[in-house]
Amino acid sequence: MKTYFVASALALLAAWAGPACAQKLIPAQSEISFTSKQMGAPMEGKFKKFDAQIGFDPKKPEAGSIAFSIDLSSVQIGDADTLAELAKPGWFDSKRMPQATFQSSGIKAAGPGKFDIAGKLNIKGNARDVTVPVTLTQTAGTTLATGGFVIKRLEFKIGEGDWADTSMVANDVQVKFKLALTGVGAL
Amino acid sequence: MNSATTASRYSSTAIGLHWVLALAIIGSFSFGLYMTDLPVSPQRLRYYNYHKWAGACILALSALRLLWRLTHRPPADLPMPAWQQRAAHATHQLLYVLFFAVPLVGWAYSSAAGYPVVVFGVLPLPDFVPVDKDLAALIKPFHKYLAFTMAALVLVHVAGALKHHFLDRDGLLARMWPAGPRKDFA
Repeated sequence: MKTYFVASALALLAAWAGPACAQKLIPAQSEISFTSKQMGAPMEGKFKKFDAQIGFDPKKPEAGSIAFSIDLSSVQIGDADTLAELAKPGWFDSKRMPQATFQSSGIKAAGPGKFDIAGKLNIKGNARDVTVPVTLTQTAGTTLATGGFVIKRLEFKIGEGDWADTSMVANDVQVKFKLALTGVGAL
Repeated sequence: MNSATTASRYSSTAIGLHWVLALAIIGSFSFGLYMTDLPVSPQRLRYYNYHKWAGACILALSALRLLWRLTHRPPADLPMPAWQQRAAHATHQLLYVLFFAVPLVGWAYSSAAGYPVVVFGVLPLPDFVPVDKDLAALIKPFHKYLAFTMAALVLVHVAGALKHHFLDRDGLLARMWPAGPRKDFA
């Protein structure tokens, strides 16, 4: 009963706070995927759970701020053996460090509907500066943000020890995203 | 190099393909048995890729071999009881089916499981089935069943050849022996 009250109170609070952070992610229409190459063979993985806090106006990109988090244990790739391996400390270490995060530090316009979002990507406690190019397209109240960037997995200690061998698993990992947002101002 | 004039022996191409594929298939089968029991490691992943590359080569060579077989008449059957002839032909036909079925099913499994096959790390094979976990689980055991069926047929095939050589002493082995007809086979 107590939990129920707390939950209700939180829900009310969230509903009240809602309009203040105008932009929201629609997870069901969003996708984050990555491609890793093993001996030249591309393997695609997806993350099923992620969230974003977005304060962004396309008219004033410099004033915007984007925080993103991905639940690493929600990864889907290959078979059960691969998933079990990925959860281990040498890979995602998702028990100890369940979240990968991104916090923007600067957003710049880069052409019509295009923006470069600079920020820090933190995976497994390893933070690196990245710049993520994003393209926005808008249809009937929904803004679709798409883009992709390449990370070096070893910079984030993803695949340590024997797995650090890049002739086996390439260092470059292509990350791609398609995020559906509501409440973003007109371009 | 006219196959019609060398009716007592298979053509050199047929003999070459037979032995290269015999080695490749026995090798890949043994390697497959070995690698599946290894714990997950880079080494295991490497072996899986080698196994897939070998499978792709076996598939391509088998296609070549089938084409050659269809366009070149093999030597006539040696005298033997009709049931043995039928058994030998059935074994050969089934083996040919499996030369294709085993690698194709392996390839399908790999694709369905989300591991596209890229031969030698440079030649991507198309996925002819979708990436689908349930489909992968469904296909997986059949690669093994078919491979074991092929292994059993290879044993039958070898046993038959040895029977002809050691019991019937009819020189059958010389028709497929790479070194050419030898006196002790005649």
